[in-house]
Amino acid sequence: MNLTLKIWRQKGPQDKGKMVDYKVSDISEHMSFLEMMDVLNEQLVNSGEEPVAFDHDCREGICGMCSLHINGEAHGPDRGITTCQLHMRMFKDGDTITIEPWRAKAFPVIKDLIVDRMAFERIQQAGGYISVNTSGNTQDANALPISKHNADEAMDAAACIGCGACVASCKNSSAMLFVGAKVSQFALLPQGQVEAADRVKNMVAQMDLEGFGNCTNTGACEVECPKGISLENIARMNRELVKASLIKF
Amino acid sequence: MSVLDSKVPEGPIKDKWTTYKDKINLVNPANKRHIDIIVVGTGLAGGSAAATLAELGYNVKAFAYQDSPRRAHSIAAQGGINAAKNYMGDGDSTYRLFYDTVKGGDYRSREANVHRLAEVSGNIIDQCVAQGVPFARDYGGLLDNRSFGGVLVSRTFYAKGQTGQQLLLGCYSAMNRQIARGKIDMYNRHEMLDVVKVDGKARGIIARDLITGEIERHSAHAVVIATGGYGNVYFLSTNAMGSNATAAWKIHKKGAFFANPCFTQIHPTCIPRSGDYQSKLTLMSESLRNDGRIWVPAKLEDAKAIQEGRLKPTELAEEDRDYYLERRYPAFGNLVPRDVASRAAKERCDAGYGVNATGEAVYLDFAAAFVRYGSEQAKIKGLKNASKEEIIKLGQEIIEQKYGNLFQMYEKIIAENPYETPMMIYPATHYTMGGVWVDYNLMTTVDGLYCIGEANFSDHGANRLGASALMQGLADGYFVLPYTIGDYLADDIRTGPISTETKEFDEVEKEVKDKIDFFINNNGTKSVDHFHKRLGKVMWDKVGMSRNEKDLKEAMVEIKAIREEFWKEVKVPGDANEMNPELEKAGRVADFLELGELFAKDALIRNESCGGHFREESVELDGEQKGEAKRNDKDFAFVSAWEYKGEPADAVLHKEELEFKDIELKQRSYK
Ligand SMILES: Cc1cc2nc3c(=O)[nH]c(=O)nc-3n(C[C@H](O)[C@H](O)[C@H](O)COP(=O)(O)OP(=O)(O)OC[C@H]3O[C@@H](n4cnc5c(N)ncnc54)[C@H](O)[C@@H]3O)c2cc1C
Ligand code: SF4
Ligand code: FES
Repeated sequence: MNLTLKIWRQKGPQDKGKMVDYKVSDISEHMSFLEMMDVLNEQLVNSGEEPVAFDHDCREGICGMCSLHINGEAHGPDRGITTCQLHMRMFKDGDTITIEPWRAKAFPVIKDLIVDRMAFERIQQAGGYISVNTSGNTQDANALPISKHNADEAMDAAACIGCGACVASCKNSSAMLFVGAKVSQFALLPQGQVEAADRVKNMVAQMDLEGFGNCTNTGACEVECPKGISLENIARMNRELVKASLIKF
Repeated sequence: MSVLDSKVPEGPIKDKWTTYKDKINLVNPANKRHIDIIVVGTGLAGGSAAATLAELGYNVKAFAYQDSPRRAHSIAAQGGINAAKNYMGDGDSTYRLFYDTVKGGDYRSREANVHRLAEVSGNIIDQCVAQGVPFARDYGGLLDNRSFGGVLVSRTFYAKGQTGQQLLLGCYSAMNRQIARGKIDMYNRHEMLDVVKVDGKARGIIARDLITGEIERHSAHAVVIATGGYGNVYFLSTNAMGSNATAAWKIHKKGAFFANPCFTQIHPTCIPRSGDYQSKLTLMSESLRNDGRIWVPAKLEDAKAIQEGRLKPTELAEEDRDYYLERRYPAFGNLVPRDVASRAAKERCDAGYGVNATGEAVYLDFAAAFVRYGSEQAKIKGLKNASKEEIIKLGQEIIEQKYGNLFQMYEKIIAENPYETPMMIYPATHYTMGGVWVDYNLMTTVDGLYCIGEANFSDHGANRLGASALMQGLADGYFVLPYTIGDYLADDIRTGPISTETKEFDEVEKEVKDKIDFFINNNGTKSVDHFHKRLGKVMWDKVGMSRNEKDLKEAMVEIKAIREEFWKEVKVPGDANEMNPELEKAGRVADFLELGELFAKDALIRNESCGGHFREESVELDGEQKGEAKRNDKDFAFVSAWEYKGEPADAVLHKEELEFKDIELKQRSYK
């Protein structure tokens, strides 16, 4: 196929960006979207131009690094996948494809299509962990039975890859789905319950501090989330928060 | 005479680690505050080490090229992690895990290390569960297990098909706790470009801030390399795009010996290559082999018809299929170790029986499993007269619960529904057993320089069994290095902070900057990827699964030629002092181009078939094993450790002779 790409180019965080048009040809429908971007970049390097910077690493939908906004949708038109798993068979010969970085105040652009997602890191550092010593004096793993149902649900929440598509597709740039998933994982497990109240309060406080917007239950995040993280996690986070506010020390 | 001292403690194997721990030097908690440790890499190995060292009280500086430790390539591991817990009561024990690992590694690993690994394995599971890792559970609430290739017990713990992800998130959360406490300084998007030695000891690194391009100096009392494997030397592999050998190779050039570079693992169950544009290969977890049966057509004309799309696999009668693993290895069948499964697949495809257009694929078929599980479900549900379709549907639901995400991933890539037609798989480069040589303390041949996880060579021998890399990474980071490094650092409590304003740092920084300037200013005409792909092709064709002397010699010459051309013709657009992914790649490929040649040289001297590697000159000529790979213990029961001397071809070989006192050396047989 032959395609026209409209790509956001921005030299650095301080620079003004703009959309630039590129043409690529001979794209096979079996290629992944990022392989198509490789073709473009090879072409740019060969003509002495700077290739388009975009984040990617595992290319199998698990690291959460890739982050393209394609034709107005986080991770492009397919459902339940990341950009690296998007295949060109989703497009037609002659298509024009618009490619932008995640847009959210809390995710500043570093270069071209790469944004800074450190806000997610700081939220996790605010309490997204269980305070257990790592030097190996823990009890036997089977001393703490966990119902299969809870373990499975915790796993579903823990499947979040921290990609930020939820933020990018939310009209308020809310990070509730991401934070809700993290809070839920720990809320569903018996480990770490002693610090549950502090955990949720601190994580939510940090989320607000980072400049993410509020959740107005639009649900766009759930639709675009590559890992099918459900809105139920936001509800659970809110319940945890209410519970935490009722605890008096 | 060899200069290698493995420092394996004396005494019976089962007591070595315990007595060793009782005797080593400890650093007083108050003194740990005055000691800095650099950890490069924050995958399972580096992340668990950083968290634990910080927990113990050391000041840790951790580095990763991604924007978060959570994205390290360990995240991609699917299948599971081994531990000798014997929760299933099927006869597992520390000794059995030790035995399986040594045997699976084709007797090319160090017994004492492997035994220690087996000893601490149970502890890893306890640790991860305490951190909130949501391992799969059975209905009684206890941990569930599955089995993996090469073993006869069920000892693999898993979290759906995302075990690596969950383990990494566990150690990432432990890191976050230490980052919040200020005990870990995390340097995301930073790449280590060289190590700095002072008076023969590793005392720091030079790193590049990948956002600003700034070259930074960082000092410490000890440096730990945990930067993962070098499978990307093949260009196409299951590794992440950024996985690289740079840190390992740079320390090699500064005195760390590089061990067994030619031992790579070729994984049998990857999605086959479809075209020349392809950037990477995708692994399908080996756990699929628990339920899938592997076959190719028994007749060449059927294979041809399938390749040309005239015949569907589902149309081929049972008796016209060749379940070649079950045929050749009746005891283990589809669960033979990876090397055996990979070679057998290649053998069938080379003989013309491959099943896709390129002829490089075999089938992994779940039809029998659908029926088996479906019948069981029908019984459980009390359905007496279930039709064949109903049974298949019930069975498919069970398979979906077990491997749903893998089936979905396959369908996304190949655009075929694997519930309806068998999957196609083919071997691909996956894991590197070779790496930086380390002693029992995990220290390299440079004082104060450690190497852990996939980046070192230690525990897997010539072949790695499934679910044992995660185990090794976490064992090294949580439970081994924190002890052994203390023994070394006990001598450093009075050293005080290490200055970065010294001639040693000046010199290495200059080397690093000169190389970057070269890339930016070189007026070449070819992209970095161009060279990487060419290197990959030589590696796969001549230094891949099967090897011979002639090819290996040619490969060395060809790789050298590509390297020379690279330095003349490579083109890197953009600037040095800004984010520049092409520049990052250039540095990594430059190192692969040297490593690749050493890799071929190592393969050349190892004139035996061993682990994943079939040396065409070394085959069993008769008996029950006729035609199988022939290991040669008389001449090759050693670790090859290479000393850098300039050109890779000039590297000097040191041998660490391997001793097998607790496990009898014998030919592997999975018949
Ligand atoms: C697809 C796949 C599936 C797998 N499945 C399994 C499985 O089921 N079971 C199993 O046991 N094993 C499995 N493995 C193997 C296992 O995942 C790896 O061997 C293991 O995770 C490696 O961990 P590591 O910590 O050594 O390295 P990695 O996780 O690769 O981490 C490397 C770290 O080093 C950093 N880094 C690299 N170079 C530099 C540099 N120059 N400067 C700064 N930082 C740097 C990276 O940023 C990263 O943080 C699988 C591997 C793959 C690829
Ligand atoms: S919740 Fe979904 S969209 Fe948001 S970061 Fe996690 S995986 Fe990405
Ligand atoms: S590159 Fe890892 S999820 Fe896309």
